[in-house]
Amino acid sequence: MGYTLTEKILGRAAGRPVSPGEVTELKVDLVAFHDLTGYHVIEVMEKAGMSKIFDQERLVVAFDHLSPPPDPRSAEIQVSIRKFVRKMGVKNFHDNNVGILHQLMVEKYAEPGQVILAADSHTTTSGALGAFAQGMGASDIAAAVVTGRTWMTVPEPFKVSLKGAPGKWIGGKDVALKLLGEFKADYFNGKSIEVHVEDPHSFPVDYRATVSNMGIEMNADALMFVPDAETVRFIKENRGYEPKVITPDRDASYQEAYDLELNKLEPLVAVPHSVDNVKGASELEDVEVDQVFIGSCTNGRLSDFEVASKILKGKKVRTRTIAIPASYEQFKKAMDLGYIKDLVDSGCVVTYGTCGPCLGGHFGVAGPGETVLSTSSRNFKGRMGSPDAKVYLSGPAVAAATALTGKITDPRGVQ
Amino acid sequence: MIVEGPVLKYGDKIDTDVIIPAKYLKSTDPAFLAQHAMEPIDPQFYQRASKGVILVAGKVFGMGSSREQAAIALKAAGVRAVLAESFARIFYRNAVNNGLPVITVPGISREASEGQIARVIVESGEVRIGERTLKGKGITGMALKILESGGIMEYLAKVS
Ligand code: SF4
Repeated sequence: MGYTLTEKILGRAAGRPVSPGEVTELKVDLVAFHDLTGYHVIEVMEKAGMSKIFDQERLVVAFDHLSPPPDPRSAEIQVSIRKFVRKMGVKNFHDNNVGILHQLMVEKYAEPGQVILAADSHTTTSGALGAFAQGMGASDIAAAVVTGRTWMTVPEPFKVSLKGAPGKWIGGKDVALKLLGEFKADYFNGKSIEVHVEDPHSFPVDYRATVSNMGIEMNADALMFVPDAETVRFIKENRGYEPKVITPDRDASYQEAYDLELNKLEPLVAVPHSVDNVKGASELEDVEVDQVFIGSCTNGRLSDFEVASKILKGKKVRTRTIAIPASYEQFKKAMDLGYIKDLVDSGCVVTYGTCGPCLGGHFGVAGPGETVLSTSSRNFKGRMGSPDAKVYLSGPAVAAATALTGKITDPRGVQ
Repeated sequence: MIVEGPVLKYGDKIDTDVIIPAKYLKSTDPAFLAQHAMEPIDPQFYQRASKGVILVAGKVFGMGSSREQAAIALKAAGVRAVLAESFARIFYRNAVNNGLPVITVPGISREASEGQIARVIVESGEVRIGERTLKGKGITGMALKILESGGIMEYLAKVS
């Protein structure tokens, strides 16, 4: 019997074959943290009297949650991390104005087959490229930063097959929300999701990153796309080299599998205060919205801005709309292609490279009684600011259509 | 390891944004975090937990963000153990790494009522509530070693 992708990756990292359910120690390929968790990681290391890092080349540090710093304490946190970075000789450091950690991992670092740990739950995003990527807390990451190792229970692999091609205005978010709506937020707990794409180019890395990103909302241990021609294209185009690819064996056996027909999807929305409370956008068209947010590590990529600009170009938004490309790269490309201009002309507030309102941080948090339509990952009570705000989640097409009307809008009806 | 206390009860899918909102994450001070634990859904939590409680919850307790302050805040507020139908993986590890016992106990949200005294054997996962005994998934292996050492870094210091 062949091995699944999960077994292959974790087996290599463990130095021996592993099977689901067993607890194992592993070598880690990349470790990462950002500002808001990073200072905590460093604090744990210092308290334990540990002042070495396992590898200067394999630790990635990026500022995003507190970027640019909204208050003195945030600035102080960043100052302390810069000191650590200098002292330890960390090679891969991204200060303010570069981008959200998970997006940088996809652009620059993650590769198929790697084990990646970071002090942030959305670390799963790098699964877009076929890495086993998992978020952990500050103490676990401190241990990994020092030793380059971790321990985990090997998850049970679950196979998802994406069939066909998505229709107009359908993207990664609709796939993620479909899985959440069907299976609910607790179903994949203790499982790793391996996504096989039937027609690789019909579902590009941008879309995959959105789905992998929301793997944590499904409570999956990891959500990986099986590397294929699209994975290779993406890495070659962005980094100039061809990655080694690792795939599950043809006869790998999965205890459970699910087929998803991409052409049957409609634009979906998660309704407050739960990511698995999913409805069609067309069912929610009487919901009035005070603010639209297009951005975050979930949907702040070039393809998201392309969709938004197609809908907003030459029109004016009716709702206040904040748009934040996930990194400098995404902002620059969107600017060169005219998308940023289209958004600014339509009345959006645009900046880049910060988590901002996604976690109720800054740059547009929600007030009491307000309703937000956001392309980010979570709509938990209080997530984007006031606990008395309501957050709806969608992809960029619903968000842009909603910005135009001030009510949740199915983009298929927009002229 | 045995822990005991009155039950404080919550529902399914209690997420870490609810356990400790993001605006408090610029601190790791347990006393400060404790005052804001569960604030969005239960502003009185800090008073209610202060004498020492066993928190009972439903499915995927602690889902969402990786913020370790969630475990720190609950423990500092007076939570002696969390019993839930299931836990989110990151929270579970964070709790263990901070010396907060977490036990998966199928049926617990049906069997336990607010205010009842629960008695928990951490290693075996056995839970006594009133007349009934429930069988949970105790903390064993690597997680137990970490919990007993007081945290992952303490464990590493001991073994290295
Ligand atoms: S954009 Fe949102 S989900 Fe992504 S890392 Fe930042 S806070 Fe987390």
